[in-house]
Amino acid sequence: MALAKFPIKSPAVHADFSFSTHIDQVGVEERASRFTKRSIKKESKVNGLKLVLNMIDLTTLEGKDTDGKVKQLCYKAMHPHDAVAGIPTVAAICVYPSMVKVAKKALEGSGIKVASVATAFPSGQAPREIKIRDTRYAVNEGADEVDMVISRGKFHAGEYNFVFDEIASIKENCGNARLKVILETGELGTFDKVRRASDIAMHAGADFIKTSTGKIQPAATLPVTLVMLEAIRDFYYKTGKMIGMKPAGGISKSKLALHYLVMVKEVLGEDWLNNHWFRFGASSLANDVLMQIVKEKTGVYQSANYFSVD
Amino acid sequence: MEKTIKKSSLTISENGLEKKVSSKRLEVLKTYKIYIGGQFPRTESGRYYIPTNVAGKKLANVCLSSRKDFRDAVLAARGAVSGWSGRAAFNRGQVLYRMAEMLEGRKAQFIDELIQQDAPRAKAEKEVNLAIDRLIYYAGWCDKFQQVFSSVNPVASSYFNFSVPEPTGVVAMIAPQGDSLLGLVSVIAPVIAGGNTCVLLASESKPLCAVTFAEVLNSSDLPAGVVNILTGKPGELVSWFVDHMDVNATIYCETNSEIKKMIRERSAMNLKRIFFYDKVNWYTQEGQSPYFIMDTQEIKTTWHPIENIAGAGGGY
Repeated sequence: MALAKFPIKSPAVHADFSFSTHIDQVGVEERASRFTKRSIKKESKVNGLKLVLNMIDLTTLEGKDTDGKVKQLCYKAMHPHDAVAGIPTVAAICVYPSMVKVAKKALEGSGIKVASVATAFPSGQAPREIKIRDTRYAVNEGADEVDMVISRGKFHAGEYNFVFDEIASIKENCGNARLKVILETGELGTFDKVRRASDIAMHAGADFIKTSTGKIQPAATLPVTLVMLEAIRDFYYKTGKMIGMKPAGGISKSKLALHYLVMVKEVLGEDWLNNHWFRFGASSLANDVLMQIVKEKTGVYQSANYFSVD
Repeated sequence: MEKTIKKSSLTISENGLEKKVSSKRLEVLKTYKIYIGGQFPRTESGRYYIPTNVAGKKLANVCLSSRKDFRDAVLAARGAVSGWSGRAAFNRGQVLYRMAEMLEGRKAQFIDELIQQDAPRAKAEKEVNLAIDRLIYYAGWCDKFQQVFSSVNPVASSYFNFSVPEPTGVVAMIAPQGDSLLGLVSVIAPVIAGGNTCVLLASESKPLCAVTFAEVLNSSDLPAGVVNILTGKPGELVSWFVDHMDVNATIYCETNSEIKKMIRERSAMNLKRIFFYDKVNWYTQEGQSPYFIMDTQEIKTTWHPIENIAGAGGGY
């Protein structure tokens, strides 16, 4: 019965993703390390920090999440640090599907998006009809964005068409919600595979590609994000279509976040330097950014004691 | 064990330090680095200064720490607070005792460095011995001061009311400039005995012992980040010591009244505790006391509801 309700349509044409570009690992790591050498000071630093804050998908994905916790996080999204004027809000709240309605209500009128993970997050080990139901549930609850995970097992087994079809069918069921495809790069192993998974996701209809669930180490790193950004760039040159990028997990310091912005600017250009095309999946990053903004404003190093606990 | 270096056998090397040339091999000069979070990094600023002794002999290239080194050190110290204050008090005593053992084992090196920094041999020996004894003294106090300074308080309702000292957190210290080893040990020991962590700026003119003492700490089971030692100029760093919102107390051991005034004013920002140890003679009994431990403790009082304490109606 489920199948009748959620028909799975396969795209007519499959590209051959076994011929994705190979990645020069040493070159990528070398290039990525260069982005950490840029000096960003004073006003540009403050502006960068505000941009970072405005790009954060403030995330809570715990088994122990409650309505209260989600409401509190939504408040924080709207009022990151009221003690200082001129601080932007974050881009979105990222929660489990069961929390979408609570978040949506709490954020009403704020313009902050609600992103929901779906498709049996974080493992993705479930039949397709369940993943589709999961997605539809999240969208019906009001999710503006859907963060899906790919089937890494199938990917490693070389069943690229399966992965492609899966992403395409989730996209079909997203309605107006934007689809972020989580590659879980920590489980993919090589840059070649990251590049291939990025290509599959973009061709299958992803609006965003995202590094990680945050449940697996390593999560987002500069080199792996560079590989994905270059995949986005090549896809843009080929098709003229812009794809968003979301590194997630392991970015908790402002300085590192600024390095990411430098990388986005130098690989994709300024068109991507806004929260429509670039996001940070993070929870503790927000407080560090706020502490740095206040440090720049007051000239005094800050203490976590004076910022909200989350 | 003392290395006597005769003037005649010395020459000035490229980096301005004196080097022994009479022996067949090149002498390996020690790099005096700073101590942050259990690591020995160089200063992030890449700056150095060369302190000299009275005779004008250059002692070493020493890191001229910057505010960012201090920031990193506070981060390390903050990270170490819960682990160190959560240790059993008895275990903290064991670690302090271990520090004394390690210092004892490297006595000769410390005496040597103190002599390089102009101390007569007899005074150098006395200073090292006293430093070791001081660590033992505070090792003993680790699990005892709570008992001496805690109290059970009489209250007029059915509560069991008691007060206990608890560590205040991260303590930033400007060490005494003169007694470069004994002064250093005398300010560090009571602070960490009480379960705090600290960032310390060593004597500017006599920094050798501070860095070597960091090596002692590093081999004495003291968790990383509990003690962090910087070298550099107080004039440049004090304002950062008192401004930092994540520092809970500041200890200043010098007499500069301008700096004292500045410390008093700026510490108000986050209500840091401030202490001036400028009049303490570290060589006498007044240089050691459980009250030094209590300076960086806060008294926490608990009201614990109970039924009547004593059937007879008496009680606390």
